Amino acid sequence: MSDKYQVKETLDCKGLYCPMPIVKMKKALKGMAEGEIVKILATDPGSKRDFEAFCRKTGNKLIESSEEDGVFTYVVEKVGA
Amino acid sequence: MSEKKKMAIIVHSGTLDKLYPVFMLATAGGAMDVEAHLFFTFWGLDALKKGGLDSAKLPGVMRVGTGMMKGRIKDANVPTLPALLDMCNELGNIKIYACSTTMELMKVKEEELIPEVDDIVGAAAFLDIAMDADVQLFI
Repeated sequence: MSDKYQVKETLDCKGLYCPMPIVKMKKALKGMAEGEIVKILATDPGSKRDFEAFCRKTGNKLIESSEEDGVFTYVVEKVGA
Repeated sequence: MSEKKKMAIIVHSGTLDKLYPVFMLATAGGAMDVEAHLFFTFWGLDALKKGGLDSAKLPGVMRVGTGMMKGRIKDANVPTLPALLDMCNELGNIKIYACSTTMELMKVKEEELIPEVDDIVGAAAFLDIAMDADVQLFI
């Protein structure tokens, strides 16, 4: 599904609740260069709105947001330094 | 992105149920590049004493259920309050202030506070920050 992207890092946040998935993503983005991509797997149903809000506020790009069998997948491209 | 957003929270309560939302919002905000300023006053100051976060209880008669609540928190994989404090440190954009008047009222000395406290300030200093903040909360 995400094979069309060059994913730099995949974070397994299944079973973690707010605010852990976005805190973990923030940490991952910190160590990445602009244009690099991180993929997150999560099960927290609140994570969909959280990731949308996170990307809107931080300027990073949410290039994919999907759900399959209760597992949410988010693909985020780092924008800016 | 545009200008950095800021959040200012007065932490008035030292009970577990109120400290959780404080630290959840601070870490979520910190991760979203929202600078969080936490001003601990009155019972909130207990949370800044060494071991304070770890010994926070549920309020009133519910305090007897604290152990059970902590068990649920653990089962749900939700971080402990001390772990959330560590996360605040790691994120680096969360500031922790102790209220100077409360310290005098409660006879709390600076050396009794955890080292994560950034500063001991008064109401004017907090207002100075809060007036420029995009989110202001009293918890």
